[in-house]
Amino acid sequence: MYDAGKIIPGLLIFLLLITFPVWYNAAMGKAQYRPDPVILTADDPGRDSCVLPAGRMATEHMDLLNNWRERVVREGERYETTFDGRDIEMSLNRACMDCHSNKTGFCDQCHTYLSVDPYCWECHVEPAEVPALELEGGEL
Amino acid sequence: MSVDRREFVRVAGAAAVSLVAAPAVKLFGQPSEETAAAPQKIVSTGKPDSLTAERWAMVVDLKKCAEHDGCTKCIDACHDLHNVPEFGNPKDEIKWVWKESFHHAFHDQEMDYVSEELKHRPTLLLCNHCDNPACVRVCPTKATWKREDGIVMMDWHRCIGCRYCIVACPYGSRSFNYRDPRPFVEKVNGEFPTRMRGVVEKCTFCEERLVKGQLPACVEACEAGALVFGDLEDPESEVRALLHERFAIRRKPSLGTQPEVYYLV
Repeated sequence: MYDAGKIIPGLLIFLLLITFPVWYNAAMGKAQYRPDPVILTADDPGRDSCVLPAGRMATEHMDLLNNWRERVVREGERYETTFDGRDIEMSLNRACMDCHSNKTGFCDQCHTYLSVDPYCWECHVEPAEVPALELEGGEL
Repeated sequence: MSVDRREFVRVAGAAAVSLVAAPAVKLFGQPSEETAAAPQKIVSTGKPDSLTAERWAMVVDLKKCAEHDGCTKCIDACHDLHNVPEFGNPKDEIKWVWKESFHHAFHDQEMDYVSEELKHRPTLLLCNHCDNPACVRVCPTKATWKREDGIVMMDWHRCIGCRYCIVACPYGSRSFNYRDPRPFVEKVNGEFPTRMRGVVEKCTFCEERLVKGQLPACVEACEAGALVFGDLEDPESEVRALLHERFAIRRKPSLGTQPEVYYLV
């Protein structure tokens, strides 16, 4: 190869620069950041169950909400039985956000981390955020 | 064993990827064992005390309504409940229920010699929830459709804002959100969504209240008893009794849309 002495260091410098965000974030500890969704339950701090087990909610809540939307708006159904036998209204505002009342502390945590931008709240009204300190048992 | 450059770059790259990816995989990959569990049974329960009908219809008693000139209780109740924005200019206006003078609402009645009082009598207008709705025919996404109980529903998730329905509706019952409505809703009711820019909206006969056993907000708010809501297919219903007793007219019946809001003059 001609001019290997220039090309190879040049390539190495290029690689170093283009991967700079990776190195930089790794060095600053940002790569270790993990979203930490916190549930601030305004009305019933003791409840630890959701519509589906928590693990499934984390991976399937978007499908569940789409399913609810279809059934509520188009089929006129309103109620759903959770996996642990409670009857709840299928409603983002009145069911989901009764418990997950802190959008920034819960929903946005993963959504921002994963750079997904669900447009639920362009129309649906999220509850006013209550500072964690005002809630008994709330921790941030 | 010596490591050549190629090998070094490969290993360094893999190390960098794993360093960044590991926490993410750990976090989002965890629920695998729960996902494998038996499929969840989904049981739907209709609430027993919801109001149902074969064919919902409304009767507006214009005489009773006119006795309370200037009253806007029904309009306020509806617009407050449904987060209807107030833009303050007629171009952007959004309305679900509104008042118009009688000779404007019924201009095809050719009433040249009726009294001035009747001509200018306030007439409550809203979506007629037609039996043969033109808006539903033209909607390309089925964002608006006729339910089995006759309510012409809107699915704001599905509306693409093409406005064919606005053109098709002969009653002007549909409004378009030319701007983001949220800042123009005076007091946002968290129980009901607002709309977004580029979506058509209209009266839905308060189906979200019917399912909970409540009458439409306008009917409940009207203290004059000028608004009667009920099942047209039920011979014992109040709407049927009123239509039997008194002569009622509908708006633009010749168009064949079969409007289901009746006016007692």
